[in-house]
Amino acid sequence: MIKLWINDLPVEVEEGSTILEAAKFLGFPIPTLCHMDSLSPYGACRLCIVEIGEGDRAKLVSSCTYPVENGLKVRTASERVVKARKMIIELLLATCPQSKVIQDLASAHGVRQQRFKQEYDDCILCGLCVRMCKEQMMAGAIGFRGRGERRSIGTPFDAKSETCRLCGGCIHVCPACTLRCTYSEPEKAVCGGCANLEPPCIEKEEFHDMMCYMRPCVACEIIPTEKKQS
Amino acid sequence: MRIDTIQGIIGKHKNDKGGLISVLEEIQSKLGYLTRESLEAVAEGMGKPLTDVYGVATFFRAFSLKPRGKHLVSACVGTACHVRGSHAVVRELEKVLGVKPGDTTADNEFTLETVACLGACALGPMVVIDGHFFSKMNSGKVKGVIDRARAGLDRSEGGGDERVFPLVVRCPRCNHGLMDSGKLIDGKPSIKLTVSFGGKHGWLRLSSLYGSYSVECEYEVPVETVVNFFCPHCHAELGGSQECSDCQAPMVPLLVDGGGMIQVCSRRGCKVHMLDLNGVNFDF
Ligand code: FES
Ligand code: FES
Repeated sequence: MIKLWINDLPVEVEEGSTILEAAKFLGFPIPTLCHMDSLSPYGACRLCIVEIGEGDRAKLVSSCTYPVENGLKVRTASERVVKARKMIIELLLATCPQSKVIQDLASAHGVRQQRFKQEYDDCILCGLCVRMCKEQMMAGAIGFRGRGERRSIGTPFDAKSETCRLCGGCIHVCPACTLRCTYSEPEKAVCGGCANLEPPCIEKEEFHDMMCYMRPCVACEIIPTEKKQS
Repeated sequence: MRIDTIQGIIGKHKNDKGGLISVLEEIQSKLGYLTRESLEAVAEGMGKPLTDVYGVATFFRAFSLKPRGKHLVSACVGTACHVRGSHAVVRELEKVLGVKPGDTTADNEFTLETVACLGACALGPMVVIDGHFFSKMNSGKVKGVIDRARAGLDRSEGGGDERVFPLVVRCPRCNHGLMDSGKLIDGKPSIKLTVSFGGKHGWLRLSSLYGSYSVECEYEVPVETVVNFFCPHCHAELGGSQECSDCQAPMVPLLVDGGGMIQVCSRRGCKVHMLDLNGVNFDF
């Protein structure tokens, strides 16, 4: 067992686990994007950063790839972490403003401005699809190509892959292309629509003890007026 | 390249970590670039998905998936050159050559590439063509420089003997130029290498004139000694996989600018060498 401090609480976790696993197990929330249980950690999105060490030696590391150490002091939500995380989300948002996953992250972390040029890329190079294809689907049909600003994901030579079985696993895990944010003002980079929507039923007396699975959440509101009156 | 040659190369590096890079390096030094077929053969031979091999091949600058032209034009777009206006030079180069950086002209004459800092910032914007540095470039100078390169920057004035012509060579490992214009042999920049033999370690300069056997060395090399050659820049041992057809000493491969390879026998006094320009074999 490894003894460490998370947010000043002494904790014990199993050797070989990552900071992220430890924090999750103990209930400290750390946002992630490129991490998925059952896929190898990759550390691409940097969203899961935490601060380790003390004083001048304190530094930010990605918790999904950092193994726990004896005596480690971890802060999951220090001022520095929160600030850096907001910046990361802002940058991710600039790459891919049409992704609902990233828009939701932005709302959840109070990102209220967009200072960067919006690129409308359809990929944030988180590598989830690459790992899905290789590790879970055992196909290895797609991979990273090139580097720097030319880095992209796809098949070698852009050729139709012989190993791809069209399973759709890559699309299923993609944070950029599965869910689209359909915000109505595209020039306003930060949408925040869905995350700011309070379920209307909370305020309504007749619904307060009801469990409802209507989708979208506001479905009860859209009931035609005549029916409501009858 | 034949499949069994590739398998031979794979066999050599199979067990070392990062062997893939060595394999690709060796194939590239033989072919001048990496063909699709060779990548597929490597993937199959090493039991790796093609995506991995392709990812490595496209990640490193040293690998090229396209054949290179006869002349390599590298325009510096490093910070210093950038502020001195290298973008205008690059734009003009693109216009004159009709290709984008990274591409080769249709007649296979020029490959244009951009590099980040050549270490001559004070002279920027820099353009290097076939190992010749052109400093303080501007868009007006581009056309003239390209015309000169087309006519041949290294053309020998050595008379009409077609078999005596100068070569510009690079290290097959790090692609660093090996020409030393500070020291002329046969009136041409010499090829500078590091050698070691019998506990001695020093420089050795070869004549770059193809067909000339003039050599200078820091130490006297006794005839018949087999010396080990190293690149003076990356310090990689250059002894190749091929053996001399006459004396069985390892041949030393060097990359010839503009495509192709030259192999020189590493035994002092042995005159066997082979020039292979883009697949055409000249055996002399
Ligand atoms: S979740 Fe750790 S870097 Fe993306
Ligand atoms: S920036 Fe061009 S030579 Fe340094």
